[in-house]
Amino acid sequence: MKPKLWSWIAFLLGFAYFALPLIGTLEFSLRKRRGEYSLDAYVWVFEDAQFRETFGYSVVMALFTILVGMLLVVPTAYWVRLKYPRLRPLVEFITLLPLVIPPIVVVFGYIRLYNTSSFLPMTGTTMGTNLLLMFGYVTLSLPYMYRAVDTGLRTIDVRTLTEAAQSLGAGWATIIGRIILPNVLIAVMSGAFVTFAIVIGEFVLAALLNRPAFGPYMQLIGANRAYEPAALAVIAFTITWFCIGLMQLASRMTPQSRAKRS
Amino acid sequence: MSAPPDTPARRLAFPLGWLGLLPFALFALLFLILPTMNIVIGAFQTADGTPTLQNIVNLFQPSILSAYWISIRISFATALFGCLIGFAIAAAVTLGNLPGWLRGPVMTFSGVASNFAGVPLSFAFIATLGRVGLVTVLLREWFGLNIYSMGFNLLSFWGLTLVYLFFQIPLMVLIVTPALDGLRREWREASDILGASGAQYWRMVALPILTPTLLGTFALLFANAFGAVATAYALTGSSLSIVPIVLFAQIRGDVLQDPHLGYALAFGMIVVTGIANGLYVWLRAKTERWTV
Amino acid sequence: MSFLQLDQLRKSFGSTQVVRNFDLQIEQGEFVSLLGPSGCGKTTVLRMIAGFEAPSHGTIRVGPDDVTRKRPNQRNVGMVFQSYALFPNLTVAQNVAFGLRVKGVGKAQSTARVAEMLSLVGLGDFGKRYPFQLSGGQQQRVALARALAVQPQVLLLDEPLSALDAKIRVSLREEIREIQKRLGITTVFVTHDQEEALSMSDRIVVMHGGMAQQIGAPHEIYSQPANRFVAEFVGRLNVLDAQVTDGAQGRVRVGGLDFATGRALAPGPVALALRPEAISIGAAPGHDVSFRGPVEAVQFLGSVIRVETRLGDAPILLDTFNRTGREPPRPGDELDFSFNAAGIIALD
Repeated sequence: MKPKLWSWIAFLLGFAYFALPLIGTLEFSLRKRRGEYSLDAYVWVFEDAQFRETFGYSVVMALFTILVGMLLVVPTAYWVRLKYPRLRPLVEFITLLPLVIPPIVVVFGYIRLYNTSSFLPMTGTTMGTNLLLMFGYVTLSLPYMYRAVDTGLRTIDVRTLTEAAQSLGAGWATIIGRIILPNVLIAVMSGAFVTFAIVIGEFVLAALLNRPAFGPYMQLIGANRAYEPAALAVIAFTITWFCIGLMQLASRMTPQSRAKRS
Repeated sequence: MSAPPDTPARRLAFPLGWLGLLPFALFALLFLILPTMNIVIGAFQTADGTPTLQNIVNLFQPSILSAYWISIRISFATALFGCLIGFAIAAAVTLGNLPGWLRGPVMTFSGVASNFAGVPLSFAFIATLGRVGLVTVLLREWFGLNIYSMGFNLLSFWGLTLVYLFFQIPLMVLIVTPALDGLRREWREASDILGASGAQYWRMVALPILTPTLLGTFALLFANAFGAVATAYALTGSSLSIVPIVLFAQIRGDVLQDPHLGYALAFGMIVVTGIANGLYVWLRAKTERWTV
Repeated sequence: MSFLQLDQLRKSFGSTQVVRNFDLQIEQGEFVSLLGPSGCGKTTVLRMIAGFEAPSHGTIRVGPDDVTRKRPNQRNVGMVFQSYALFPNLTVAQNVAFGLRVKGVGKAQSTARVAEMLSLVGLGDFGKRYPFQLSGGQQQRVALARALAVQPQVLLLDEPLSALDAKIRVSLREEIREIQKRLGITTVFVTHDQEEALSMSDRIVVMHGGMAQQIGAPHEIYSQPANRFVAEFVGRLNVLDAQVTDGAQGRVRVGGLDFATGRALAPGPVALALRPEAISIGAAPGHDVSFRGPVEAVQFLGSVIRVETRLGDAPILLDTFNRTGREPPRPGDELDFSFNAAGIIALD
């Protein structure tokens, strides 16, 4: 059948709306030198020590967030599927809460709950605050991480695999580390890439906990410079695009989607 | 299902089974539930801890009410237009017979753009529709249209709506495309052969089937916009008083007022997004009833 | 002139021809089945009658009207889908009323018609339920009622029984046939199940490769298959490779037997087909050819016993009724078998 006219109109209008800001940003980021296009804004950004520091900080935070998130989510999702299937709706509900409670409210709670005079004075030290920020990021990524892992677990028969391993004398560490994790690794990776994209650009938590992350840095540059923010936006967009692209690649490689397409 | 064989490992592990959930329970408690409870309880306490409704009452002052009102309006507008436009694009890709290869890129791009909120998004729009942005300049030079003298301002209600749509529309596309795929071809054919026109099919069959999903997604988009801080803050600084920015300023201590008003502000946000998401869950359950 | 007339229908998707030069005339009130394996083009023919596919060539007439270029919603044709295709958001009664509602039929009239249709399919009390609350068989009855409510000129059934359990399939096919007869509605039924086609139809069109291989009454299709495809697709068949010894008299030699088939055959090798139930154990009235063979296997199928033997080198299946008081043959027995040479089918 021939494409319908309205569908081309809808598509092209959408295309224009989404393409223009991206083109505009790219064009703007090249305008730093008067009268000609140049990469000066990018050069400035990459030469800025603060850029390297904050970006490095956020990357490290992202990696730790992914690690801790994985250690938290994989065993839990596995355990719920294996032993407590009746608790699944409850656990799922909890993992979706971060979509309901705005991040700014959550971090407000952190500041109040873990201040220097509280039972767990995490904001008292730099390390403690870093830890708190990381747990905040784990919270933010929980909905994506849990769903990805749980979907991955659904495609393998957790119970049979576990019992087979047990009958061969494997302990729990072996079962999770050598059997379950490799089987859901692709699902875990797709959750990890979203997490990375979220953490890299995150602003509110880092700003309110006063940590030198990439998000607040971008905001600062935005308030003070003209062309560099556009260059930063291009960089951030490229990173996001790269992560989501990897995620889609990973999810396309899961056994489930492979089976669906065959 | 028959009982699994009683291996030694299982007998040993089972009484301690709840330990497996302990880390998650602890995490959820410490970093999700307790902080939120702290806010909720704080909203109903005075500084020295006695119960009060005064904080909630204090929300009903004109400046805060107007912040909620503008937040709700922006969230409503971006959710509404996000739904409508996202629906049109998803429909074009799924039902409009566009070339098949377009679909993959559209979905991938939606995945990217729905995550592209925050500070860089505001930069992108400043670079495009700001006073010296590409589109602003081109419109002026090519068509003699000065959108700023015509009343447009990126740092306004409609400006912010336009920016938010950049992540709202893709989110809608991501959620509604599977729902449109779920419209079975046979329904359309059955409707056709019973004599119905295309419009009648949409009015009597397709839209009623999609309505719970559409309203549910609307609620999700609403909550999504309502809680967003970074985009607006990077775009406008503190000049546009929407609730999350007011709260942000409160927490930062930019505005010196009593902290328990901050609790109340945050509590109000939970109430609004809670209602929106409750609606989402409820309507979602309704669609699932049909598809049993 | 026939009521539903398909002339020289052709349909290609890209470079693949799905339907080639398909002709069919159906009388008013007739029940015709399109029977064939998947991919034979039967569903495409049905969808062209419905108007969901435009023929690449040819015409479709319903009564005096050429409907080839009409949209589905202008054809006044009813259709029942394999997957029921009930509207999940509407109750049973609203589903049945759908066609009446879009036609603008008044409320009172529509309610009466819906009640009539639902009682016709035996679901008089189910009007207020939603489709998901019904079993598959019940849903398909609602779909039938919905298709019939608008009094279509032609009823199209697209494998309506395939998604159902075996028991319901049999009872529903009897019910559909009965309703069809009572209303006298012209019906085209698509199926890949030969038993359904044989038991329900006035006539069967056996399709293969986008073409009609044979059109005829069920017993004609079964007893006088026009070609090898029809013979093999419909029913079970023993195929014997024989040698024609006398073409004019149709004498053939196979596995040490030599007999006349009573019809002219081309000289040389020929494939002969014999239905399992045409062979009996021992002599039988009218059976003029007999042979002796070993019982190699016995399958007990309830009312029928299926015996596997051998004629020369060729394995032979035969079906015999299970008679109480008589022991079934045992594997290893050596028995006499007989058949009627005139019942033999020569395949091209």
